[in-house]
Amino acid sequence: MRKQIRLSGSGGQGVITAAIIYAEAAVSAGMEAVQSQSYGPEARGGASKSEVIIDDSHPIFHPHVKTPDVVLAMTQKAADKYYGDLHSDGILILDTDLVPEPPKFGNIIQVPITKIAIEQAGKSLFANIVALGVLTKVLNLVDLDTVRTAVSHRVPPHTIEANMKALQLGYDAVK
Amino acid sequence: MSKARLMQGNEACAEGALAAGVRFFGGYPITPSTEIAEGMAKMLPKVGGKFVQMEDEIASMGVVLGASLAGKKALTASSGPGISLKQELIGYAAAAEIPVVIVNVQRVGPSTGQPTAPSQGDVMQARWGTHGDHPMIALSPWSVREAFDTAVMAVNYSERFRTPVILLMDEIVGHLREKVELPEASELEIYPRRQPSKTRAEGYQPYAPAEDLVPNVADFGNGYHIHVTGLIHDETGFPVGNPKVTREAIDRLHKKIAIAQDEITHVEEYCMEDAEYAVVAFGGTARTAYEAVLEARKKGIKVGMVRLITIWPFADKAIKALAAKVKGILVTELNYGQIVNEVERAAAGQCPVELCAKYDMTIFEPEEILEGIENLAGGNK
Repeated sequence: MRKQIRLSGSGGQGVITAAIIYAEAAVSAGMEAVQSQSYGPEARGGASKSEVIIDDSHPIFHPHVKTPDVVLAMTQKAADKYYGDLHSDGILILDTDLVPEPPKFGNIIQVPITKIAIEQAGKSLFANIVALGVLTKVLNLVDLDTVRTAVSHRVPPHTIEANMKALQLGYDAVK
Repeated sequence: MSKARLMQGNEACAEGALAAGVRFFGGYPITPSTEIAEGMAKMLPKVGGKFVQMEDEIASMGVVLGASLAGKKALTASSGPGISLKQELIGYAAAAEIPVVIVNVQRVGPSTGQPTAPSQGDVMQARWGTHGDHPMIALSPWSVREAFDTAVMAVNYSERFRTPVILLMDEIVGHLREKVELPEASELEIYPRRQPSKTRAEGYQPYAPAEDLVPNVADFGNGYHIHVTGLIHDETGFPVGNPKVTREAIDRLHKKIAIAQDEITHVEEYCMEDAEYAVVAFGGTARTAYEAVLEARKKGIKVGMVRLITIWPFADKAIKALAAKVKGILVTELNYGQIVNEVERAAAGQCPVELCAKYDMTIFEPEEILEGIENLAGGNK
């Protein structure tokens, strides 16, 4: 079983960190994982994309996603740019408020990711971890506890509690 | 419990260098190599090493040569624009026989080029970037684990042969994160700094070659009087302006590597047992080439892959033998066509050699290489 995942947004939203954490969780669950990324020269504000390929048995050679199974888009621009090559059975996950005009695609899951981060987790900074919770639920590949551990290894110690809350909020936001 | 973890190629490179005994890093940040400097900055102080961010690329090369002469295994890392600036001192290291490893995480050039997109365009620069006759060792990893392994090899070769070694990485592998399990320190063979075998009273000459043609130059601060120069010098280390010394010095620089070439030049073969065609690839591009080979096999084309781990000295023997065996070779590289000329030279007309080149900021897709394989196989039916 191989899953190709693309996380996209703008620089500063933390989609690359979310991708790295998910790949780390997959590795600690015993799977193969590769993660790559591309971003514009700006540290913030430019387009940002990260791809993760996960395989439960076979090594992964070519490192880029060709036909993603899941695309997460955290901005309108990212949604428009990165949903096109989605697998026909794939899933497009959108930040409801930041993607006001959803692309015409069959299987869309809308979650107010950034709104949840601000209103319930306390800061927009947690949007990527809310998104990670959403992704964990939608993909159903790596269990939430393993993702929790991966988050706690990546984030500053004094923010672990807030990040755990953000992760759970995202996970629970998917019906 | 498994020690497997997710790690980036650049991080693994830094880990490998540290494991091989590097205790000094001097550098100047440049994408896509910066994580190597970051890794060394974090790790070196914990093992009593030193990290220095220098004022520019040239000073970064100078300071690692100084550190090496003072007895520390030394590393610098950069990308094309920085490697161009370092060339004078890379030549100095070759002439003065100073062990040092230079990592080049390649990006699109020439000049500042296309920051910071992937490329393999510095293959010939690695060989001939600095002027004059000199040997060169360059290695190119295709995976995160191999970034670690080739970093260890690069440090070992630089110490064993007292020569600059270029670790020719690319953005694909440098920035890739993948599952990796690193070896224990006890599993590694580390080549120690060579030491003088004679005292001054016994007539020690710093540049007198040992049996393997490599001199045991004393480190500064060990009680020996050493003179280091980029001028052609005799066994004393002082410059000598005569034809015999000049010829012998240039001969020895080349021979010390040539006599060990079979140990230095590593290639790996995939699906080659019954192969009628072969893809030659290296670095991150080999990952995509391998998928293309597997796809072509599904279509009934008997094709395999020969992967160059050592880029320089070039795998003449392996490619010559390959060309005698197969009906055609496809060289895939992320540049306008560089290593293909070496493959053609080594193949010496025994079989057709075709080029599959790409130089547009993006990496190969397997289909592009598959098309090259199909054309090669179709054209020779």
